[in-house]
Amino acid sequence: MTTATTAQGRPEAPARRSATMAQALNQALRDALAADPAVHVMGEDVGTLGGVFRVTDGLAKDFGEDRCTDTPLAEAGILGAAVGMAMYGLRPVVEMQFDAFAYPAFEQLVSHVARMRNRTRGALPLPITVRIPYGGGIGGVEHHSDSSEAYYAHTPGLHVLTPATVEDAYGMLRAAIASDDPVIFLEPKRLYWSKADWSPQEPAAVPPIGRAVVRRTGRTATLVTYGPSLPVCLEAAEAAREEGWDLGVVDLRSLVPFDEETAAAAVRATGRAVVVHESAGFAGMGAEIAARLTERCFHHLEAPVLRVTGFDIPYPPPMLERHHLPGVDRILDAVGRLQWED
Amino acid sequence: MTVLDTPAWRPRADAAPLLPDQEPYRLLGTPAAAELDPGLLRALYGQLVRGRRYNRQATALTKQGRLAVYPSSTGQEACEIAAALALGPRDWLFPSYRDTLAVVARGVDPVEALTLLRGDWHTGYDPRVHRVAPLSTPLSTQLPHAVGLAHAARLSGDAVAALAMVGDGGTSEGDFHEALNFAAVWHAPVVFLVQNNGFAISVPLAKQTAAPTFAHKAVGYGMPGRLVDGNDAPAVHRVLTDAMNRARDGGGPTLVEAVTYRIDAHTNADDATRYRDDDEVAAWRAHDPIELLEREMTARGLLDDDGRQRAADEAETLAADLRERMHADPALDPMELFAHVYAEQTPQLREQAAQLRAELAAEAEADRAQVAEPRS
Ligand SMILES: Cc1ncc(C[n+]2csc(CCOP(=O)(O)OP(=O)(O)O)c2C)c(N)n1
Ligand SMILES: [Mg+2]
Repeated sequence: MTTATTAQGRPEAPARRSATMAQALNQALRDALAADPAVHVMGEDVGTLGGVFRVTDGLAKDFGEDRCTDTPLAEAGILGAAVGMAMYGLRPVVEMQFDAFAYPAFEQLVSHVARMRNRTRGALPLPITVRIPYGGGIGGVEHHSDSSEAYYAHTPGLHVLTPATVEDAYGMLRAAIASDDPVIFLEPKRLYWSKADWSPQEPAAVPPIGRAVVRRTGRTATLVTYGPSLPVCLEAAEAAREEGWDLGVVDLRSLVPFDEETAAAAVRATGRAVVVHESAGFAGMGAEIAARLTERCFHHLEAPVLRVTGFDIPYPPPMLERHHLPGVDRILDAVGRLQWED
Repeated sequence: MTVLDTPAWRPRADAAPLLPDQEPYRLLGTPAAAELDPGLLRALYGQLVRGRRYNRQATALTKQGRLAVYPSSTGQEACEIAAALALGPRDWLFPSYRDTLAVVARGVDPVEALTLLRGDWHTGYDPRVHRVAPLSTPLSTQLPHAVGLAHAARLSGDAVAALAMVGDGGTSEGDFHEALNFAAVWHAPVVFLVQNNGFAISVPLAKQTAAPTFAHKAVGYGMPGRLVDGNDAPAVHRVLTDAMNRARDGGGPTLVEAVTYRIDAHTNADDATRYRDDDEVAAWRAHDPIELLEREMTARGLLDDDGRQRAADEAETLAADLRERMHADPALDPMELFAHVYAEQTPQLREQAAQLRAELAAEAEADRAQVAEPRS
């Protein structure tokens, strides 16, 4: 896909400059709309306003309101209509305005989007991308900070992706839109304004769906994480050096499919692992990851795989959210608890 | 018997009486206004002026970092206040996130009504005290609750009605339709107030509905639809009071559309210049709910400069109280995060609470050590 875009006559070796994750996502939508007339963006306030996070900024103006459409305010309707559009041959990219406002669409998602390929013996695959800003740490009031990945990951038939870097945001969204299967694309809200040197003219390679990446190799223990918790884990890994610990960090990127190879190899290298995410721990992604790592790496493990997650409570009001979110201290505490010898 | 005689074939109700009037109902500026009770007009006026001041103060508090966000109802005060005043003491209000004014006018403490938006607790008041459900952010989800409560009251022979508030955008959600259908089928004592303020964030009416008016939607469910000028406070009050009385008297639900306008941006965080013209805003400013009321009251000799000043002073007192109390940091107890998840904590929650308690103790210890250090 990278070659296709460069083949469209982009300038050679453009200057790299700082871009935000929101800008990279915007560029991905832009390039997808330009590359394929079947791609349609739709959702609440995505047109004239450009989305409440400005991820769709300028798309309605540049591609027309039929390609980037402000829909009536109804998430079940948006996703249900996307199913029909996909049945006709389009490639809808829908935006749910916030994590907790995607719930009205849940029935369409679990009863139709996730199952259509299976129910029709492959006759009707649904190439739908559902973009969902998710997670906390932005001082949002009630219903604006949920981490809903476990609901989606638990539903067979859905891919679940979440980028943590500017570069991945571009590449993974392109991959999601290109996928013939439905993709839940979770965008960490608090990373929207994170910046990196990245050139919109020279989009990054599109990582295949289902590949984790090792962000940092280590010897003491391995942190396994994704999305909004990646920067926290990298910070923890830096801070751990003071304790004389050398921590590895794996960024899963794709929760479904889950890249067991990469994660397990990184854990085997250290024999100790902590899974970190901000959604509730009970029956969360971490449980699945820890179980799989234990099954795969049992003979290499020096200690049980631990989890550092949000508490098992409804997401707190913003003034209390810092007590809920996994931070550097909790991660280092967990790493400390792994350091036994018997 | 032929199919013509079966219930399926025959219309179940005459549609005509359910239809709204062509024009929004108005009282101010019409001959009927002369009959309006001076006490009601004075009450409405005082509350509208206070309400506007409250909106302004709350918006100012967002700039000072004392509120996380504020969705102002400036321009919509007539709807907010009339809704609260149309409630009987035992009726229930089901507000949306924009309806803080209605909640305060109902009697909830002005600071407690704001904790959601300040961010110290989701619902800062006990809903049972003033019979006000929590402010609802997920759009339209409060509407079926209002129906259920009203239905339960009816089953108990309790003359209680519920008033549920929603925006024009919220009418597109499935919950809106399900609530209306349940209400009509169950003949529930509930009134739905749609504040049509022209926008759902940036999305204008034309992209939200193709119905002649929102009030027309009532007909499809089998309840009356009423259309009212949402900036005419006595008119909104009259329509809602009639509908609530009717509901309490066993007459079933009503859908009321109040035509109004959101003068401010969606919230303090929104930039309305991206999607609407100043011309439109100016047109609505010239149809201001407070000015409309002032004009009438002045013409009838019910309001003079003194009266105006008194209302303004009362509004200042409210604003000053709000300012002062909101400038104090709220008392926060992080341990409360675990207190109300279940009636009884799970073993896992008890463990997590213990973890946080230990962390907080260690933090406090570290703070003390830091304070002590320079002296030792
Ligand atoms: C289920 C759901 N979807 C999306 C949102 C995000 N959202 C908050 S307010 C709003 C617009 C609501 O418009 P309207 O119902 O007209 O009420 P108004 O803001 O004009 O009072 C949107 C889309 C939400 N709160 N809930
Ligand atoms: Mg509106």
